[in-house]
Amino acid sequence: MMKHSRATSLGRHAILLTGALFVVVPFLWMFTTSLQTRAETYTNASIVPTSWHWENYLHAWQAAPFSQYYVNSIIMAVGIVTGHLVLDAFAAYAFARLRFPGRNAIFVVLLAALMIPTFVTIIPTYAIVANLGWIDTYAGLIVPRLADVFGIILLRQYFSTIPVELEEAARLDGCSRIGTFFRIIVPLSKPALATLGIFSFLFAWNDFLWPLLVTNTDESRTIQIGLQAFVGRYGTSWNYLMAGTLTATVPSMVVFMFFQRALVRGVATTGLKE
Amino acid sequence: MTVNDAGIRRGPNVAPGGVGRRNRRRWWRNYERDQVLTAAFFLAPALVILGIFVFYPIVSGIHISLTDWNGFDPVKTFVGLENYGRLAQSSEFWNSLFVTLLYALGVSVLSVVSGLAIALLLDAPLRGRGFYRGIYFLPVVTSSVAAAIVWKYMLDPAGFVNAFLAKFGIMGPDWLQDRWLALGALTLLTVWKNIGFNAILYLTALQALPNSVSEAAQIDGASFRQRVRHITVPLLAPMTFFVVLQALITSFQAFDLVYVLTGGGPRGGTDVLGMLMYREAFRLGNFGYGTAIAFVTLCLVLGVSLVQWRASGAGKDDE
Repeated sequence: MMKHSRATSLGRHAILLTGALFVVVPFLWMFTTSLQTRAETYTNASIVPTSWHWENYLHAWQAAPFSQYYVNSIIMAVGIVTGHLVLDAFAAYAFARLRFPGRNAIFVVLLAALMIPTFVTIIPTYAIVANLGWIDTYAGLIVPRLADVFGIILLRQYFSTIPVELEEAARLDGCSRIGTFFRIIVPLSKPALATLGIFSFLFAWNDFLWPLLVTNTDESRTIQIGLQAFVGRYGTSWNYLMAGTLTATVPSMVVFMFFQRALVRGVATTGLKE
Repeated sequence: MTVNDAGIRRGPNVAPGGVGRRNRRRWWRNYERDQVLTAAFFLAPALVILGIFVFYPIVSGIHISLTDWNGFDPVKTFVGLENYGRLAQSSEFWNSLFVTLLYALGVSVLSVVSGLAIALLLDAPLRGRGFYRGIYFLPVVTSSVAAAIVWKYMLDPAGFVNAFLAKFGIMGPDWLQDRWLALGALTLLTVWKNIGFNAILYLTALQALPNSVSEAAQIDGASFRQRVRHITVPLLAPMTFFVVLQALITSFQAFDLVYVLTGGGPRGGTDVLGMLMYREAFRLGNFGYGTAIAFVTLCLVLGVSLVQWRASGAGKDDE
């Protein structure tokens, strides 16, 4: 807004810092607890680390098949991110640039699908995937989520802002439509593709309900499901539990730290979370 | 699947029917064969996936909700509206509905208040804005499972919250064993998880507002509080509509946080509709009944959004 005296600025900081503390305390507690001995976790409820038992992380990692969970999550995330980037971009290009019968009708139907909460479709989708014999497989985790409507809309918006003249020039030089897509649209859309990639990664990494339904064995579980199973097995070893939780959270945090700008911009322009 | 058909098979090589043949031809002439073929190539992969795993399930779900299917039996016996009738008579369902509405109300109000407050505070040339933005956004990128695990153990009788209260001589309750406190904790957890998201939305809206009105009011002697109340907040109505809509959808679909934090307990105190549906379908094998719950919830979300849309008068300014 407008002018601010030093006093109001201090007041702002005071309130914002209090809020920030409320937001950050669970993270500090998680970190502190993960480094304590089991006895300490019940007696010393501090949010600043006092002891540094880094070996807890190793113990937690070995107490459950976390490596397997991690690998599964990575494979699932790579599959979904790739799927979104390719399939969404293809579809978005058709909607942004090509004239074909039923274009608007199909687009409206896609928009309407955004209104449908996932759990309305989750039971029938589960039935389809079970019928295909995809329970406990990567296909079951990945294929149903290879394309998503949000990505199509996001990219279509972005593609529409690229001047058509660029493509027309390339077409005159003998470039095919598919060629112009790969040589002109894709290179110019890197920021939008990056935003979509980050959102898709966070969605895949943090997703819970679907992997919970389609994985029943430790070999196929993703990190979030494994983590939940870990709570059941090691519910009283808070230090291991928090070490495991923190380990599972690190990839999203890293992505967030590196791509904060793109992420916040994405939220601001699309109002989409994960 | 109709979408697929419309998108892909209606290629230019489909033979036009006998009647109206001339019209068809003329109609096709508006499209370049090469463009339509390219479009089919580009659209097919996404539409096949969405068709099989999103659109077909919507249609198939309506059918499943009218059967007594258990998820495994190849035979689905048609039972008409029996599942919906059973819902109406189930005290478990009414409890879930009540809990969900209360939860949705709490989440909506607190999301608007906290998001707006932080955005207003950040909407100034302030040092450390990036720092605050980063902190407030941290829970948004954290998985629901991790967030709920940490909260669950912090709220344990031996956890951080009660140890903190004990420093002030307060004997904390067993938060997650009391139905109202558990629902309150769940509400706070949900708001905490999305606080950065809502703040960013409001901040974006604030920065898009014209300064002139507020400045004119300031020259006329309006205080900061008056300007916020009579100028900023009304101008932000479309964004408030969107934030509330998001909060409603989040609460009506809530599952992950509840599953990990309380499992729906104690004694149904946090048994939101998402939990009920999951339990009925995937634990008890009542797929028909579970799907009926999902459709009733969908109608509720749409209904509540519509009421809110009317009430807010936001309408067209929004997406």
